[in-house]
Amino acid sequence: MRGLSLALHEFRFAQKVFWRNPASVFFTALLPVLFLLIFATIFGNDRIDEVDGVKITTYYIPAIVTLAVISATMVNLAMNVTIAREEGLLKRGRGTPMPPWVFIAGRVGNSIVISTIMLVVVTLIGKLLYDAPIPWERAPAVAVTLIVGAAAFCCLGLAITVMVPSREAASAITNAITLPLYFLSGIFIPESEIPEGVLSIADFFPVRGFFEAFFSAYSPNTIGAGFEWGELATVAVWGLAGLVIALRYFRWTPRN
Amino acid sequence: MSEPVISISGLRKSYDGLEAVKGIDLEVAREEVFAVLGPNGAGKTTTVEILEGYRDRDAGEVSVLGVDPAFPTSTWREKIGIVLQNTTLEPVLSVEESLQQYAGYYRNPRRVDEVIELVGLQEQAGTRARKLSGGQQRRLDVGIALIGDPELLFLDEPTTGFDPSARRQAWEMIAGLRDLGKTVLLTTHYMEEAQVLADRVAIISDGRIVALDTPDNLGDRDQLPTTISFVLPVGAVLPDMPDPGVVQIGGETGSGEQTVRISSRDPVAELNRLTGWAIEQGFELEQLEVRRPSLEDVYLELTES
Repeated sequence: MRGLSLALHEFRFAQKVFWRNPASVFFTALLPVLFLLIFATIFGNDRIDEVDGVKITTYYIPAIVTLAVISATMVNLAMNVTIAREEGLLKRGRGTPMPPWVFIAGRVGNSIVISTIMLVVVTLIGKLLYDAPIPWERAPAVAVTLIVGAAAFCCLGLAITVMVPSREAASAITNAITLPLYFLSGIFIPESEIPEGVLSIADFFPVRGFFEAFFSAYSPNTIGAGFEWGELATVAVWGLAGLVIALRYFRWTPRN
Repeated sequence: MSEPVISISGLRKSYDGLEAVKGIDLEVAREEVFAVLGPNGAGKTTTVEILEGYRDRDAGEVSVLGVDPAFPTSTWREKIGIVLQNTTLEPVLSVEESLQQYAGYYRNPRRVDEVIELVGLQEQAGTRARKLSGGQQRRLDVGIALIGDPELLFLDEPTTGFDPSARRQAWEMIAGLRDLGKTVLLTTHYMEEAQVLADRVAIISDGRIVALDTPDNLGDRDQLPTTISFVLPVGAVLPDMPDPGVVQIGGETGSGEQTVRISSRDPVAELNRLTGWAIEQGFELEQLEVRRPSLEDVYLELTES
């Protein structure tokens, strides 16, 4: 019980810090929305026959939801936990009676709440501006995909902090990991424009699987409940690998 | 006397084969303000971080509030407060919020407004940490260490990089902690800081304690000779001194004057003889100065190898 109330206490402060930090708010909350508006404007309302025959805007809703969740979880944790470590905040936290996992739980909780907010916001913008259908009938698939993906990408974010030597390197390393995968996985460019071979490489990485799971859950042409268990398994395996690395090598003290 | 709050014997620690701490023994009593004074790289922070439970040790016995800090427990952490060498604050939280955050980690925290008053930040209570001056940030840092109402407080170089007025304010605040009955272990490389704040000082150099005493007696300062110096007029010859100690005659200045330094264990008699001689001969003893060895002299002598 005490652990839970400590984690809630820490979560409240993680929220405060997140919303007061202009960089987090811009990159995590505003940039995905901007991407949606830009892509929708560039590519218009054409239909993509190769991809389930959906309108391009309908395609971009799950794509941008994928990007937003990864930003709120993996990118956000890789950046902010690294900064907290390098600034000595993690070290200081360890000098208090608080169990160390509480600090992580507060931040992970924050990432999951931001992910959920972003999913709702992007879905609503899709409905209001582009008449992209809200997938009510496949809401359980959307929720399960969100939970599995957010958890996995949180673990990967914590694993990335292990590789990041300084606060300056944090954004370069996360961008180097995420940007190519966004391109290869059909997040930025519709997958009908991407060669088969490239997509099969992307299939190995968790971004593509996460997007495909969201796509099936969102697409109005999906038959059935929209669960993509195979894709979710890929995402979960990556998440577990991240968790193992984080548990084994996570650092609480500054490197510099 | 009650159990010491900190007791260390034979403490050693190496990094990659380089020995940073080479066998330290010391005890800190309850409600004592104890300073560890030494140059950068002497092993101060390593020692303190072993006591705080951050680092493991290679050898030696260590007990802090009856617990071996290599195996810290949360009950033990409730009783210690830590100020790290670098200020560690969440820049976007206000003074009040930062304290509320840390207060939540303890079972019986002090009241936030009480701590704000203790560290003198009443006017800045709503100000975000990044907008505070360096001195104010450090005071908030100390406030965070006090929020759990610890018995023992570690302050690692609390005023490094401060301007003199911020340093004095910090000193007043730290001196005030004594009234709260806290035991304080402070590291510093400022002699004056140790002298003003500490009941006892250990001078540490190259991983070893080279002196440990009250600031007044440190390095047998009370028994070291007093220096009398003056400028000897041209052509004058010093009288015979019965117990001159060490007499040094410095280089001649352009006009042929010489600086004389007398190291005396009996300065009153020595001065009497000297001034009597000068009056008799009709000399002025220009730039006459009588000086007890400062803590700085002792420190420099002990830490320069």
